[in-house]
Amino acid sequence: MQSTRKIRVLIAKPGLDSHDRGAKVVARALRDAGMEVIYTGLRQTPEQIAETALQEDVDVIGLSILSGAHKTLFPRIMELLKQKGLTDAMVFAGGIIPEEDIPELKKLGVKEIFGPGTTTESIIQYVFDHVPKRT
Amino acid sequence: MTKTEEIIHGILAGDRRSIARAITIIENNATDAQKIVAQIYPHAGRAHVIGLTGPGGAGKSTLAEKIIREYRRKGKTVGVVAVDPTSPFTGGAFLGDRIRMQELSTDEGVFIRSMASRNYPGGLAKATKDAVKVLDAAGKDVVLVETVGAGQSEVEIVKVAQTVVVIHAPGLGDEIQAIKAGLMEIADVFVVNKADRESANKTVMDIQAILQMGGKESGWKPPVVKTVALTGEGVPELVEKLEEHKCFLEKDPECRIRVLRAKAEAELIEAIKEKAVGLIVEDLKIEGKLDEFLQKVLRKEMDPASAAEELLKEKGLE
Repeated sequence: MQSTRKIRVLIAKPGLDSHDRGAKVVARALRDAGMEVIYTGLRQTPEQIAETALQEDVDVIGLSILSGAHKTLFPRIMELLKQKGLTDAMVFAGGIIPEEDIPELKKLGVKEIFGPGTTTESIIQYVFDHVPKRT
Repeated sequence: MTKTEEIIHGILAGDRRSIARAITIIENNATDAQKIVAQIYPHAGRAHVIGLTGPGGAGKSTLAEKIIREYRRKGKTVGVVAVDPTSPFTGGAFLGDRIRMQELSTDEGVFIRSMASRNYPGGLAKATKDAVKVLDAAGKDVVLVETVGAGQSEVEIVKVAQTVVVIHAPGLGDEIQAIKAGLMEIADVFVVNKADRESANKTVMDIQAILQMGGKESGWKPPVVKTVALTGEGVPELVEKLEEHKCFLEKDPECRIRVLRAKAEAELIEAIKEKAVGLIVEDLKIEGKLDEFLQKVLRKEMDPASAAEELLKEKGLE
């Protein structure tokens, strides 16, 4: 029988967003596409996100943020992931992130940003196409 | 060292990344998993493995968080494996148990791992047993296993846990439903959560009535503990019962005495604290000193903490 390897995804909401409708939609879509999705709820700190990614040994991290605090929080998250040796996980983001901020975030190591209007199909396809292969 | 050897070395040193990687390997790669488990097996067996099961909505995850905090307060380290169901149609899973425990993520003494059942029957995942061994070998004093939470058929937990806790809550349906065969037979400790609800006492009585009709193993009568997971009420008593069951399993009479001693000591200290504070404050009021320093605090000449220190010094307590 083929390997039962599943893609493990962490969907995390850094900062003080007051609702998680979008994050849950993406989480459910990825689940329906056959992935194992860990969702940790609202108001996550960068430390909580990085430590969760480590304990759960995830392949992919999706950061959902609506508050506009991405320029403060994302660098901290990427730094902590590096510190914990989690550089092989693929990080993407979504929510309310202005176009002009995208290049800076990509330089930090966030692979792709999915703004409002993105279809869940395209996110699913992106994850399948870009999930890091494990040895 | 090969990658596997590195991981084994890391587990025994308690390295979190190694623990995490090992559990992933155990979930996905049978050959490497066997290598790892074989090496760590001799180092496992020290941890107290506690299973938390019961119908969905009873409050397992919320209670788990409080249980973990209580063990942490006692200075113990805790590993958690929280299992959620895999969809039989898509093969995917939404692992949300962590939400209720997330504040503990950054506690170095706690390691939480979410696991999908991958359609393994009985309320656990095939990999759960070995994941528990990894956490045990890594040095965790307590390992909590939270089952999927679908109900009566979840008896797989007996094979993995030494102490099985069945958590129920009033209002989840006809009380008699709760006490069908299966869960009733595997419980070492019963919990009636959401005990602040009116029908909680009836649920407790129903369970106790069924228990009168025969137990799981001779010598251990499963207690029924009331808790309110949201506030933490009843949790210290619950953890005491868990420790008592551990003593029962170890057949160690000294163990039971130790548990009772710790409980009595905690109660005595609490009582002393209450009386002492009462006495000191009374004295200070009578002597007028309390009022004197209160004025200083109101005039912002002193902050409350410094005022308290001064007052206690005057009483000869530093």
